[in-house]
Amino acid sequence: MSLFSVFNVSGSALNAETVRLNTTASNLANAESADGDPTKVYRGRHAVFQTMMDQTDSSWDGASASAGVRVLGVVESTAPPTMRFQPDNPKANKDGYVYSSNVNSIEEMTNMISANRSFATNVECINTARDLLLKTIAMGH
Amino acid sequence: MFDNIFGIHEKALLLHEQRVSVLANNLANANTPNFKARDIDFAAVLGNAAGETSLPVAVTNAAHFSLNQDPVALDDLQYRNPFQASLDGNTVETPVEQAAFSENNVRYQASLTFINSDIAELQLAIVGQ
Repeated sequence: MSLFSVFNVSGSALNAETVRLNTTASNLANAESADGDPTKVYRGRHAVFQTMMDQTDSSWDGASASAGVRVLGVVESTAPPTMRFQPDNPKANKDGYVYSSNVNSIEEMTNMISANRSFATNVECINTARDLLLKTIAMGH
Repeated sequence: MFDNIFGIHEKALLLHEQRVSVLANNLANANTPNFKARDIDFAAVLGNAAGETSLPVAVTNAAHFSLNQDPVALDDLQYRNPFQASLDGNTVETPVEQAAFSENNVRYQASLTFINSDIAELQLAIVGQ
């Protein structure tokens, strides 16, 4: 039954989008963190998605239909942290500078909206598949 | 007599079911870099299933090819042409997929309704009242 595979496929997407939302939350929470050492300051994190190929599904020859998505990993942004002159900051280095995280808040907000929409779309897919299955089970009644 | 009581709707239901998972997969990978959206050419596959693609080709010579038609050739997945290609190589356009998904949903339910009414008719005939 391919309708059941919708639960796996869309479920994997829900999981992936949750990871993306988590990294966004972490990035936004740490957007203003700063440190005197540029190597220790928080760096923006981003989830990398990859298509999951389900080769066990024998109903499709060669090109597998039900796949889903998984989080390949979380990468740290390599953008340089911005340097600010804050001599009164206890974390400031000997020249009075702190390095603040390289998180771009606007980018994170748009990421959050995108993840939110994708999550809702996949929930809708699961609901539709459930409705269709329930109607199919009730066939002939 | 009961071989083909549901007509084409039996095959249509199966195809719609498979298309649901293909479209759900496209939507699940809406944010995956380099993912290529796929779909089933529904009319072609169903035509194949119903044997209506073309007129039968007579094989009058040993060298002639016979057009043996598989009932449902399941490697009919085709890549979708995006209206606007995105930079990360992803060709999923969520609104297009959502529209196809809901269209498929309605068609599935239509086939289901036809099958249900066929069953109701048969039950009426069996009871005979």
